[in-house]
Amino acid sequence: MSTIASQVEAPEGVSLPIYMDNQATSPLDPRVLEAMMPYLTTQFGNAASRNHSFGWEAERAVDTAREQIARLIGASAKEIIFTSGATESDNLAIKGIAEMYRERGNHIITQVTEHKAVLDTCKRLEKYGYRVTYLPVKADGLIDLEDLKRAMDEKTILVTIMAANNEIGVLQPIREIGKLCHEKGVIFHTDAVQAVGKVPFNVITDNVDVASLSGHKIYGPKGVGALYVRRRNPRVQIAAQIDGGGHERGMRSGTLNVPGIVGMGKACEIAMEEIESEAAYLRGLRDRLKEKLESALDYIHVNGSMEHRLPGNLNVSFVYVEGESLLMGINDVAVSSGSACTSATLEPSYVLKALGLGDDVAHSSIRFGLGRFNTQAEVDYVAAKVIDVVKKLRELSPLYEMVKDGIDLTKIEWQAH
Amino acid sequence: MAYSDKVVDHYNNPRNVGTLDKSSDEVGTGLVGAPECGDVMRLQIRVNPETQVIEEAKFKTFGCGSAIASSSLATEWIKGRTVEDALAIKNTDIVKELSLPPVKIHCSVLAEDAIRAAIGDWKKKNGVAETAATAETAK
Repeated sequence: MSTIASQVEAPEGVSLPIYMDNQATSPLDPRVLEAMMPYLTTQFGNAASRNHSFGWEAERAVDTAREQIARLIGASAKEIIFTSGATESDNLAIKGIAEMYRERGNHIITQVTEHKAVLDTCKRLEKYGYRVTYLPVKADGLIDLEDLKRAMDEKTILVTIMAANNEIGVLQPIREIGKLCHEKGVIFHTDAVQAVGKVPFNVITDNVDVASLSGHKIYGPKGVGALYVRRRNPRVQIAAQIDGGGHERGMRSGTLNVPGIVGMGKACEIAMEEIESEAAYLRGLRDRLKEKLESALDYIHVNGSMEHRLPGNLNVSFVYVEGESLLMGINDVAVSSGSACTSATLEPSYVLKALGLGDDVAHSSIRFGLGRFNTQAEVDYVAAKVIDVVKKLRELSPLYEMVKDGIDLTKIEWQAH
Repeated sequence: MAYSDKVVDHYNNPRNVGTLDKSSDEVGTGLVGAPECGDVMRLQIRVNPETQVIEEAKFKTFGCGSAIASSSLATEWIKGRTVEDALAIKNTDIVKELSLPPVKIHCSVLAEDAIRAAIGDWKKKNGVAETAATAETAK
C-alpha cells in the first residue's frame, strides 16, 4: 500500500499551512490591528482616569467601540458591558441573573448543545439550589419550541439558548424563543458569539434581552468580549460577579482592556459593512467544498441542518475513518475533529452525540470553519487532499471493507474497551 | 499532539495492510475494539501448520494514528515468529518502541489483544490449544 500522507500538491498562490478553523478563532484583520496600534503604544491611558488627557483619550476610544458594537446588534451603547471574553460574558449573564432574580424563581432552561461556558455554569448553579432544564435537540440540531413551552413554569427566570452552535454552525430559532420568553416574562440570554457578524442579529427584532459577544471570533483580538444587557422593555438587572472599582455601571469591575476593546469595536464596524457580501462568499466556498466531497466520496454525513446554519461552517463525518487519523494525513490544513482522540476528555463530541449520531459517527467528524481570508484555491486544495486521505484510510479500514462486503456492523458483537 | 517519528513513519507507510482468506484453516483472524470507542483492529495471520511459524500477517485498522502504528508494528513483529513466540509480545514493548504517550496506551493494549485474538482463532480452528494442554498434562 502506498503512503497515506497525501501527495496532493498545493497549487501556486496557496501557502501552507491553511487555516480553516475559524469557529475556534479567527485571524486578526490587519485593519483591526491598525486601529489598535495607538492604544498599544502611545495612547496607553486608563479609561477610568478622569483628570488628564490620557484617560480622556482612552475613554473616547472605548465609547467609540461601544457605539460600533451596539450598532452591529441594534442596541444602544449604554447596553454594552465589556468583559474578558465570551466565557466571562456567559458566566456573568447566567450567574448574575440567577442571583438577581432569585426571589422570583430558581428555574433555568438551556439546551444540550450549548458551549461548556453555559452548561458548566448551569451545572454549578444546580449545586446552589437552582433547577436547570436541558432541552434536547432534534436530529438537525435545532430545539423544538414545543419542548421549550412545556419546560417553562412559574419558577422560570431565565432561558439561555445559543444563537449559533460552535461545532455544527446550527442557528437556533432565537426570534421565536425570545418571543415566547417575553410572553412569559422570562429573561432570554443568548450566547451569540458565533452568530454576530456572520448572520443578521438584532436584539430588538430577535427579542434578545442579554447576549454574549466575543472579539476573536470576528477577526478581532482575543481576551475581549462583551455582554449586551437590555435597559428597557424589559430592563434587565445583573448582579456583578467581580467586585472592585465599579466599572461598567457596576456590573463588571476591572480596568478596561482599551486596545482589545478598540479592536473589537473596529471588528464590529467591518463586520457591519461586509456581513452580506462575506456571508455570500463563505456560503459559496462552503457549498463548493461540500459538493466536492460528496461527489468523490461515499458514506459521508453532514452533521446538523444545512438550512439553518452559519455560512462558513461545514461539519462532516467521513464514516469508517477515524477523525484524528484523518487530521494526521492532512497536517498542513488546520481543521478540528469531534473524535474522542482529539479531545482532552477522550469523549467524542457531546454536540454530535446530542444529534442522535452514534459515537462511531462522532469519531469520524471534521469541522471545516471557513473564514474571511480563505480562498477558493484553498478550498479546492483542501477538498482534494481530504478526498485523497479518506480514500487511503478507507483502504486501511476494516469497517469500510466489512460494509462493502455487505456485513451489518450493528450485528457484530464488539468488545467495548 | 505531537507524534513520535516512528508513529508518523508507520502511519505514512503502514506495513502489511491487507486481508487474508478468513475461511482458510491456516489463517487466524482477530477483530478487536469497537466502532463506538473509535478504534477497531483486524489482525490476521497465516501459520505454517508444520512449523507453527507465522508466515504472513496482515492488518486493517480504524483508529487514530497511534492505533494504526501499533497494529502495523504488531504485524511486523509477529511475522517470522512461532505462535508461542508471538504471544510473548507485550503491549509495553509497543509503547516503548513507538514512544506512545499515556493517553495512547490503550492503542498498544488493543494491538496485543489483536495478536492474541488472531492466534486464539487459529488455535481454535486447528485444535492446537487442546493439544498443547494435553501435552502439558501428559508431562
